Amino acid sequence: MTIRKTTAMIAAITMLTVGACSKKAPETLPPAPEGTDTGTGTGTDPNAVVPGSQQDFIANVASDRIFFGFDQYNVDAEDMATLQSQAQWLQRNPAVRVTIEGHADERGTRDYNIALGERRANAAKNYLASLGIDPSRMNVISYGKERPAELGSNEEAWAKNRRAVTVVIGR
Amino acid sequence: MPLRSIALPLALMLSVAPALAQVASPTPAPAVPTEPRETIEGTLSQDRTVIAVPAFATPAVTTVAGLRTDNLGRQIADVIAADLERSGLYAPLGPGSVRAISMAEVRAPRFADWQARNAENVVHGFVQTNSTGGFVVGCYLYDTQLGSELVRQGFEIQPGDWRRAAHKCADAIYSRLSGESPFFDSRVAYIAESGPKGNRIKRLAIMDSDGGNHRFITNGQALALSPRFSPDYKKIVYVSYLNDRVRVFIYDVNGGTQKLVTESRNATFAPRWSPDGRQILFSMAVGGNTDIYRISTEGGTPVRLTNAPGIDVGGSFSPDGKKIVFESDRSGSQQIYTMNVDGSDQRRISFGGGRYATPEWSPRGDLIAFTKMGGGEFRIGVMTPGGSGERLLTNSWQDEAPTWSPNGRVIQFFRTTSGREGKSTIWQVDLTGVNLRRLPTPQDGSDPSWGPILP
Repeated sequence: MTIRKTTAMIAAITMLTVGACSKKAPETLPPAPEGTDTGTGTGTDPNAVVPGSQQDFIANVASDRIFFGFDQYNVDAEDMATLQSQAQWLQRNPAVRVTIEGHADERGTRDYNIALGERRANAAKNYLASLGIDPSRMNVISYGKERPAELGSNEEAWAKNRRAVTVVIGR
Repeated sequence: MPLRSIALPLALMLSVAPALAQVASPTPAPAVPTEPRETIEGTLSQDRTVIAVPAFATPAVTTVAGLRTDNLGRQIADVIAADLERSGLYAPLGPGSVRAISMAEVRAPRFADWQARNAENVVHGFVQTNSTGGFVVGCYLYDTQLGSELVRQGFEIQPGDWRRAAHKCADAIYSRLSGESPFFDSRVAYIAESGPKGNRIKRLAIMDSDGGNHRFITNGQALALSPRFSPDYKKIVYVSYLNDRVRVFIYDVNGGTQKLVTESRNATFAPRWSPDGRQILFSMAVGGNTDIYRISTEGGTPVRLTNAPGIDVGGSFSPDGKKIVFESDRSGSQQIYTMNVDGSDQRRISFGGGRYATPEWSPRGDLIAFTKMGGGEFRIGVMTPGGSGERLLTNSWQDEAPTWSPNGRVIQFFRTTSGREGKSTIWQVDLTGVNLRRLPTPQDGSDPSWGPILP
């Protein structure tokens, strides 16, 4: 898919005006993939946020995730605003690499949902790349419907599960 | 080969040579272990043939590998009765509900007794030890009205394979009475599930077609998905999230080792065997675009079969290996397509409204099974390879991923319940849609894959 610069500019403005919107991040984070560095600090102050960590990332971006419509993978204006805030953080932390996890809701078949999650993760990756983030800093992985963030079986939960989540994996 | 068919003499040798007789237990027989009677979930048709299956007789109580011939006789009858019941066609009277038989009755049934139980057929058999540290199992089927013998088969088995003798006997009975090909003596690969919905532990596991001889293969540290037995049962192809990547592995069942199907930086998933076991179909996502590829099990360069910009995924070979049925959303939603094995002549076959997924070609070649999504339900259905004659077999919130019995008459699938405590379990249904049963598994289960009749 192609993203035009003009859309990005509009989205940047949208970000400033909408602020906390209906698609804000759920309170709970998905479990970190096995073996990844969640970036928990080891400094003397246990509450100190380590620059470049997942904690730092969460604290300084609009959201670590974007959401999609049913069977959709397009990045809308709200998603663009979120990804722009992520891009800004990634530009401030040029040594950091991320994994973008693509997910689907439970109302699809398993193999198709893996493919759909791949589409979503790549849509987020491509948009971040269009903002100047080096694609080699971004891995993608699809979890299909295997790792729902919300466990209910209703439209609200499914809307939160159709997501692409950016996870800091270290430097 | 662990199980061998043998010709049974017309007259049974009722004596067991002393050299073969292990020390008979001098103590009274312990309580006979019986098959666990699971709570039956499902529906069965009403007009089923009543078949009596009393415990198999033994000419002398002997013990091999801790298995007593009398206990084994009852267990084998239990397995046969459970197989026949699960087929949906029969109402067996198992060893728990009919009297035992003497060795003499095996060749001379008291037909009037079984008629009195309204049994149209009766299964008789015997178990005795043989000279090679195993057992001989005889299997007979009679028509109680005509007083005629319909099946007479014998099997030599090693102690660990006694269930196969029961499945072989059940297959002989089923085939003789229904005219269909056998299917009980076969195995299923599936994914055992446990843990909370948001972080399910998914392990590759295998079992007999009735849930017996269950074995976990992977330890659950990496997500395992969508297994398929190779046609010779020596390997299983499946998806593992090992090292946080989505890749297709071939697992060697006897060796316990596994290898990648293809080296790629891209996600590979949805693997399927060709009928001859020499090729594997898989799906690969490149930059978010998923297509279907074919590769030799020996390795080499994958052949790309689809190149639509949408998601082309899954796939299942026709039994002659010439065609492939697969799913694609190139029309805007998931639909079923067929193509030649080289990727040519791609054409859509599903037009019934709603979304269609997970097509599986019947081993008989006559039908495609699928998951149909629409109206808030996921249902299992079948249609012809040309797309006509669509019939839906199940009706539930979420039934998914059909897999065919070796004879193409029964379909297993998994059923997921909704909500925070939603679980998946494995079910089977016959082509009438009436006979629906849940399969017993030690944990929850999904992604069943039914292999052919055991070699």
